[in-house]
Amino acid sequence: MTEVLKVSNLVKRFGGLTATDNLSLDLRQGEIHAVIGPNGAGKTTMIGQLIGELRPDAGTIHFMGQDITAMPVHQRSGAGIARSFQITSIFQNFTALDNVALAVQAHDGHSFRFWAEARKDKSLREPAMQALEQVGLAHRADITASALSHGEHRQLEIAMALATKPKLLLLDEPMAGMGPEDSARMVQMLRGIKGSVTILLIEHDMDAVFALADRITVLVYGHAIATGLPDEIRRNEQVRQAYLGDEAAE
Amino acid sequence: MSSASNASASTAASSRLTFVVGLALLGFLGLIPVLSVVFDDPFLLTLFTRIVIMAIAAVSLNLILGYGGMVSFGHAAYIGVGGYTVGILAFHGVHAAWIQWPLAVIISGVVAALIGLLSLRTKGIFFIMITLALSQLVYYLGNGAFAYGGDDGLNIMKRSDFGGLLDLDNRPTFYYLCWVILLASIYFVHRTVNSRFGMVLQGARSNDRRMATIGFPVHRYQLTAFIIAGMICGLAGVLTATFSSFISPAMMHWSRSGDLIVMVVLGGMGSLFGPVFGTVAFLLLEEILSSWTEYWKIVFGPMLVLVVLFARGGIDGAMVRGQAGTLLAGCAAFFLLYGIHATYEDEWLIPALILVAACALAWFAKWEIQRRKNRHD
Repeated sequence: MTEVLKVSNLVKRFGGLTATDNLSLDLRQGEIHAVIGPNGAGKTTMIGQLIGELRPDAGTIHFMGQDITAMPVHQRSGAGIARSFQITSIFQNFTALDNVALAVQAHDGHSFRFWAEARKDKSLREPAMQALEQVGLAHRADITASALSHGEHRQLEIAMALATKPKLLLLDEPMAGMGPEDSARMVQMLRGIKGSVTILLIEHDMDAVFALADRITVLVYGHAIATGLPDEIRRNEQVRQAYLGDEAAE
Repeated sequence: MSSASNASASTAASSRLTFVVGLALLGFLGLIPVLSVVFDDPFLLTLFTRIVIMAIAAVSLNLILGYGGMVSFGHAAYIGVGGYTVGILAFHGVHAAWIQWPLAVIISGVVAALIGLLSLRTKGIFFIMITLALSQLVYYLGNGAFAYGGDDGLNIMKRSDFGGLLDLDNRPTFYYLCWVILLASIYFVHRTVNSRFGMVLQGARSNDRRMATIGFPVHRYQLTAFIIAGMICGLAGVLTATFSSFISPAMMHWSRSGDLIVMVVLGGMGSLFGPVFGTVAFLLLEEILSSWTEYWKIVFGPMLVLVVLFARGGIDGAMVRGQAGTLLAGCAAFFLLYGIHATYEDEWLIPALILVAACALAWFAKWEIQRRKNRHD
């Protein structure tokens, strides 16, 4: 199988704290790979380095066989890495469709176009509408983002990520703060897009993780203590002690 | 959901209102030379020429401040750069407008590029301070240019020469030239902010980190907007210098940059006609109040505080939200001030104190309401 992402011996220190400690990880084409771990395990720091906002102190990141360790943020996005944010960070005064259209625009050449009206540009609006349909938000296309519910914000986030037609989608706690109904809908939606894009999923909701993931990596203190199929992880003694506790033992 | 769509429908209706009012105001501005003749009041034309020129500068600032979220506290520097280019060229005997004007715009753009390159590395309060510092550098450059009058400034003996096409010594002609440039700037900004470029600019205002992650090299776009705004403002500088036939460092003093920000905020940031509303209101109030007293800012300051407290989004915002009361109060205050002046020539202190007291009271009321609301939550 081809590796979409290969992380080798990644290290990131903040002063005395080693947030990423010799982390290695690989993602296969089309899989949903979940990364779990207790709070402070360094999941968000890892995402930051994958997306290019943080520069690792050591180690390499390869994407589709290419070394991207030193590539700036916007170029990684152009190469096909998309991310949804943990805290909602869409453009509040734009409509849902505007938000997604902006993401489409980011991957449609340069934007030094000063004259034609972007909101009437079919090459932006149509793919944007498709992405909204994919996440089941098409009926809310013309609503201002600030008026959408929390769950809808999350869906919009993912629509924006999908609109860039990424090869790799980094989902940072997409179910955070969701009620059980919204969570279930999100799981359904992610199942729908599974296979069309490789997904790295960071999530605290264990039901969702075990329902979706092909493989799981467990992160503790910035180090991957185990990687394997969901069943292997469930049975892994070390993982239970470190993290899963009673929840998975039930 | 229905309430949300109703709200957006009514917002659309009232932004149509600001559109109509804005166009009407521009149309009114186009009638000024006629009115000046009808009322036999040449000062009217002088006052409104200044207003139209400053409105061009405010429109350019609105592009980066209102739509781009870049609080440039040094925008008057480009008025100076544009003005000095014309003044210095005229001093050396170059009067052809075809050389003076494009050169002034290009040099303003270059200066904007340099200031932007340095200041856009920072954000928030640091950005404000750096643009202020760099524009003060330009100011002191003008101050130290002794060959061109230093801080005394320099008279321009002969206005730019359009080779018989336009006679800038003819005041209505010059006024209409400024007016057409204002219309063109507004139209240009309107097209730009709704283009792909404008989407990036507005996206970066609300979340520049996010813009980078979806794949935009945000800096380039912000810098480009910064340069465009500098160039338009440089043109306003050309007009300022031509109008008064005089350049001095005072045109680019930091307080002028502050005035420009106030005009944009007063009129409504990130709205098409906001800067025009703001400039007209600002300069008319300045005119009325400063005819009372040289301490006119004692009255003007509290009025600004009232606007910030009660009319977020400025004049345009009040219209969009349909705050008829706020708008009426503003107009009433305007005529009251005018009337008080006409009736009690010299007793400016009384209304000033009333205004300060009203402002303090309003502030306290707002604070108290907020406090109770917070406790309720």
